[in-house]
Amino acid sequence: MADLSRDDLMDQVKQQIALVNAQELLSKMTDKCFKKCIVKPGGSLDGSEQKCVAMCMDRYMDAWNVVSRAYANRLSQERTRMS
Amino acid sequence: MSLEDIQKDPHLQNFIEMETQKQRYQHLVHGLTERCWDLCVDKPSQKLDGKQQSCLVNCVQRFIDTTNFVVNRLEKSQGLLTAATSADSEFMAS
Repeated sequence: MADLSRDDLMDQVKQQIALVNAQELLSKMTDKCFKKCIVKPGGSLDGSEQKCVAMCMDRYMDAWNVVSRAYANRLSQERTRMS
Repeated sequence: MSLEDIQKDPHLQNFIEMETQKQRYQHLVHGLTERCWDLCVDKPSQKLDGKQQSCLVNCVQRFIDTTNFVVNRLEKSQGLLTAATSADSEFMAS
């Protein structure tokens, strides 16, 4: 830690944050898509389940982006309202 | 850099503050997505349809409305929150 440059430190912080976000997305996505797609767990993850999970993952990302945009818009509205 | 150097470096302080705020925002988006997904997306299909999209947007808006409402109402009720260190809602603080 002692001879870490400022840039190294900033890179590390950014990487750690990216990691935490990826983990959070991964765990929520898995949870949601498992619930939607695996109704009766069988002997393997069959083709239709895999297709369902893949589609669910894409839609979850879409939903994440819609929510993020809506939230960002609302935040900037609240800011102008308060200032 | 030692811990002391870090604490004295305004550029770094500023960077950490910005990153913390961004992270708080992302964390809230994760939470909102999770909540609103359950309410708005019944069966995932080829794309999010218009209905699902507007449901998601409304879900975000109403959740923030609810947060504001709860905070305001608590504030009005004999300053229940004044004892707390900060009356800022999580949403407005970022």
